[in-house]
Amino acid sequence: MASYSTNEFKGGLKFMLDGDPCSIIENEFVKPGKGQAFNRVKIRNLKNGRVIERTFKSGESVEAADVVESNYQYLYNDGEFWYFMDPDTYEQVSADATAVGESTKWLKDQDMCTVTLWNGTPIIVEVSNFVTLTVTDTDPGLKGDTSGGGGKPATLETGAVVRVPLFIQIGEALKVDTRTGEYVSRAGK
Amino acid sequence: MKFNPHHTSWQPTASLEMIRSRAQLLTKIRAYFERTQVLEVETPNCSSYATTDPAIESFQLTYTGSGFSSPHSLYLHSSPEFPMKRLLAAGSGAIYQICKAFRNGESGRQHNPEFTLLEWYRPGFNHHQLMEDVAALINDVLPKARTIEYLSYYEIFNQHLNIDPHQSTAAQLKQCAKQHGITDAERLDLSSKDAWLDLLLTHCIESQLGRNCLSFVYDYPASQASLAKIRSGNPPLAERFELYIEGMELANGFHELTDTNEQQRRFNQDLKQRGAQSQPIVPMDKNLLAAISHGLPDCAGVALGIDRLLMQISEATHINKTLTFPITHA
Repeated sequence: MASYSTNEFKGGLKFMLDGDPCSIIENEFVKPGKGQAFNRVKIRNLKNGRVIERTFKSGESVEAADVVESNYQYLYNDGEFWYFMDPDTYEQVSADATAVGESTKWLKDQDMCTVTLWNGTPIIVEVSNFVTLTVTDTDPGLKGDTSGGGGKPATLETGAVVRVPLFIQIGEALKVDTRTGEYVSRAGK
Repeated sequence: MKFNPHHTSWQPTASLEMIRSRAQLLTKIRAYFERTQVLEVETPNCSSYATTDPAIESFQLTYTGSGFSSPHSLYLHSSPEFPMKRLLAAGSGAIYQICKAFRNGESGRQHNPEFTLLEWYRPGFNHHQLMEDVAALINDVLPKARTIEYLSYYEIFNQHLNIDPHQSTAAQLKQCAKQHGITDAERLDLSSKDAWLDLLLTHCIESQLGRNCLSFVYDYPASQASLAKIRSGNPPLAERFELYIEGMELANGFHELTDTNEQQRRFNQDLKQRGAQSQPIVPMDKNLLAAISHGLPDCAGVALGIDRLLMQISEATHINKTLTFPITHA
């Protein structure tokens, strides 16, 4: 298995820590003028998302993690797993609920997303920053009120509920920011 | 391949304001030493000898040509200490130098492998007198003078970690690291008690030092004496100090060792440690030994990082902001 020395540490480097794949968020070289050098590292555990701090003696080696990020197309969910397809090779992979996490709220058939695979298995599914989804339910009243302010809840085709302006109606397609879970605009035609 | 200027980062990482600020700082430093009658000197960047300090790696290069029958190995100095001591032994009196120093393998937020050092020596001073001199200079160049605190190495460990750095064993220091949030201390394979002290100092204490003041830490463990005199006692202590501002190590000073035999013993001990850790074996500076044996006057000396001082003055968070072209852009 390939390994990395602390000299190669930088943001985004993926390696194995305590049996889990991790990604470096921040690396700091710490050294007293006349003493031992350390690399003080902020790391994200890619399996559970937790951020931890670790210290390595400079020059130490760590085992590289076989982690790749690719674009996949979302196909369907069979109740237990979410299925994705590589649009170039048509190869399919299945992700469990832990890997899909919050993304499940925004996943619509055919949409492209970024899948992080560890040893070939999806561990993180990330949707685009902006998705277009259709309103399946919202209070139909108050049409014509364009004053903004307040708004109302609207249920989208994926089941997600977002706050929308009062003029939004059932059947309309909306642009939503998945990072904040907020309505952006009506989807332009 | 066609040259594309957009694919190179040719521009300086320091702003023009920073470049001017550096020039002003150097002017002020030179004025301070002129006022206090310290002579500016220059010594070579290249030497046939290198520092033996296992914590510092020198860059090696080769001279080929006139004057030497075969290729001659040289080292870029990691501080101008050795030749400056030769000047002191030759009767120079108080001297200072502003120069580039070179340390292989050191690059990060507070490190660049090539950096600017201010180093000076005061005959007749001990480390306490030199700390006051350092404080006077720093307060002269900072935008706003700071209060000064002097803490012994024992005091900082006792205050912040409630542990005695001199009496504790490596195992006790490891335990202390675990209790203070270094969760993977168990896994760390550190070669000496000093490395554990360095871990605790850098991870748990440094950030508390020099908050709104100048913190001088003095009287180090004898095992970290480097080139400082060791004062006998229980425990024996190295007459060495460091200056911290806002958690950053800014200067390191010694009441200088003036005993040839002891100097040679430390060089040999360093080389032994280098051998044990599979580090390059470098030639010890025989010219320095000869100069000390001729007679190095009782003196104190200090090296101060100019780039880091500039970081403090300008509130820069990365050393690259103070450098025109850091190693990645040089």
